[in-house]
Amino acid sequence: MKRYSLTIRILGAVLLGALFFGFSLAQSEPVRLTFWSWRIEDKWAYDQIIAGYEATHPGVDIEFMPFESSTYATVLSTAFAAGQGPDIAHVRAYGAFEAFAAPGFLLPLDDKVSELANFSELALNGERLRADGRVYAVPFASQTLVIYYNTAIFNQLGLTPPETWDQFLATCQALKANGSIPLANGAATAFMNEVLMGVFAPNFYGADFFNQVVAGETTFEDPRFTGALARLLELRPYLAPDFLGVDYTTAQSLFVNELAAMFAGGSWEIANFRRQNPDLTFDIFPGPVLEAGQPHLASSFLDGGYAVNAATPHQAEAVEFVRFLASPEFGQQLTDLLANISPIAGVVPTDPLLQEVAEFNRNATPYVFLVGFRYENPTGSTLVQQALPEMLAGNITPEEVGRRVTEGIATYYQPFQNR
Amino acid sequence: MVRHLPVLAPPAAGGFRLSRRGNRALWLAMLLVPPALFFTVFVAYPIASALVYSFYGWVGVRRTTFVGLANFQRLLGQQPFQGWTINAFWHNVIVFVILLIIQDGLALLLAILLARNPRGTRFYQAVFFLPVTLSLVIVGFQWKLFLNPIFGIVNKLLRVAGLGALAQPWLGQAETALLALILVNAWRWLGFPTMVFLAGIRAIPEEYFEAARLDGANEWQVVRHVTWPLLAPAVTIIVILTFIGSFNWFELPYVMAGVDGPPNRSTDVLGLYFYRTAFGEISAGLQEFGLGSALAVLMFSVILTVSIVWTRILRRREVELA
Repeated sequence: MKRYSLTIRILGAVLLGALFFGFSLAQSEPVRLTFWSWRIEDKWAYDQIIAGYEATHPGVDIEFMPFESSTYATVLSTAFAAGQGPDIAHVRAYGAFEAFAAPGFLLPLDDKVSELANFSELALNGERLRADGRVYAVPFASQTLVIYYNTAIFNQLGLTPPETWDQFLATCQALKANGSIPLANGAATAFMNEVLMGVFAPNFYGADFFNQVVAGETTFEDPRFTGALARLLELRPYLAPDFLGVDYTTAQSLFVNELAAMFAGGSWEIANFRRQNPDLTFDIFPGPVLEAGQPHLASSFLDGGYAVNAATPHQAEAVEFVRFLASPEFGQQLTDLLANISPIAGVVPTDPLLQEVAEFNRNATPYVFLVGFRYENPTGSTLVQQALPEMLAGNITPEEVGRRVTEGIATYYQPFQNR
Repeated sequence: MVRHLPVLAPPAAGGFRLSRRGNRALWLAMLLVPPALFFTVFVAYPIASALVYSFYGWVGVRRTTFVGLANFQRLLGQQPFQGWTINAFWHNVIVFVILLIIQDGLALLLAILLARNPRGTRFYQAVFFLPVTLSLVIVGFQWKLFLNPIFGIVNKLLRVAGLGALAQPWLGQAETALLALILVNAWRWLGFPTMVFLAGIRAIPEEYFEAARLDGANEWQVVRHVTWPLLAPAVTIIVILTFIGSFNWFELPYVMAGVDGPPNRSTDVLGLYFYRTAFGEISAGLQEFGLGSALAVLMFSVILTVSIVWTRILRRREVELA
């Protein structure tokens, strides 16, 4: 009797212990979330931010997995199509974002993430599906097109950042006379032609043009647009020598190695320039205007956002994390750690260059082809990137560029068809 | 050249023979099934699925409705796609013709010279073949640097040699970019046709040459009437391989020029055009699987048809010459 009860007691204890152990195991087993991105170089910062988040959210374990940026869209779309997508995905903006939102891979966030109120409409529009007007991702960073200049070279020649177009050309002339390459840019890498246009053209075609062309009230044959392109031709003597063969990396190294005094590019270069040559002293100024005193328009666009997989089994936890990614607290960390311009209201960059970019953004104008015409093939970007080098080579006129771009877009854009 | 099929002995009756035949069948099956499976899964299935995909509309990577030949119609009948298709196709043709003349022609010349066993034959063989062993991506990056208009060694050498006027932004001008890529390709591949031709020439019995020379044939006549006809099988294989390589050309223009075939599509070929259409240009375009699949189907059809027709013609020529 006594032995029997001992067995029972031991058994009971073991059972109870097992139950307890199992229970506590179930309790401490965190929800694992996968977070895919194309930002390989930013992994260290995300890991740091995520560690902080996990400390205050013991129930989740988030793994940040970056992929090669040039193949990321293919990797992500294949995974989604196979039902193997991550819980949280870094997605691009505009047309490249719609490729994921339109097939229903992403969860609409506008009724789940109240923090979206922290963002401007301009930022939210980058992650809004045009078909239903809903927002599917939390915007993460904006980019602005600026002109970089080497402060050492400028100081040495007593030059100051030019304000008007005439002053800009005079500055170029002075730099060239001194043996410097005035502007590092070349035309061999397609997208950099669009960037060159995006830096200078808005101040020539004006603030109203974007809305009018997107509404179909005018086309790219508008003299304001072709006139702006014609001014780009005046840059030719000041671009890198043999600029037709100068690609993106060559242009970057011309500026970083102080062979060129200026570089027209995006705000994403800041971190890269600093890393490549820590001794380089540089500053930025916005695209020059025609008349002194006019506001400087700077092309700006949303780089991407954070989206939730519509089919994730851990929707509550994923949405909770994405709400954190929409908070000013996260925006500040992103800005401080990665020198990104956060589109979240209330985030103030500590970096002086980023403060300047934020200042330029007060007169931001949408980067016309990316924001307005990269939704269907042939995209406006494809068309203009192909035509601009030909124009810079002197083979076609600015009017011909405008005609080709308009005709290409007209194949799917009704308002351009009858004009 | 007549190929003899092995004559199989008539099967004899008896259990032992049957089981040997059974073993033989099993053995054959073991040899044939893995490659057949491999071929089905990795070659036949993707080709068949690309064919199916090309008849559908796509939203991102989600297949939508059956659209019939609409994707083909866009590629072949609607601007700017039509212009891009024709442009890329012609560039493939140009690549093929120039490679055939420069790369394979030079290879034939080198093979004829090497077959005469000059001093250092082995050394030259190694030198000509060396680039073939290098990674194509490395070759591409290296030549891209060589041809860089500012830092590149090609323009620097031209200037040092007093030929500064010839220095060009080779990869940045529509007139020179494609030719520059073709020449780099020829530099990389030259050794391969050279070795194939050399092996072909060395396989020709020495007596034929001796007989020709005894009959008073000069060098040109020997090459024209002995070497050339007997080299026909090697020529067939090199022409077909050059054709397939030219129409599948992708890595070198991708590495050296970029996915959009700059400047102004002057280096665009069907491979780049396909990649851009199906997978999107990261900084300009969108993924379109339907259109990309249609393009893949067109490329496959052209390569397959031309290869078959050509192989037949060249094989017939081999027989006639032999």
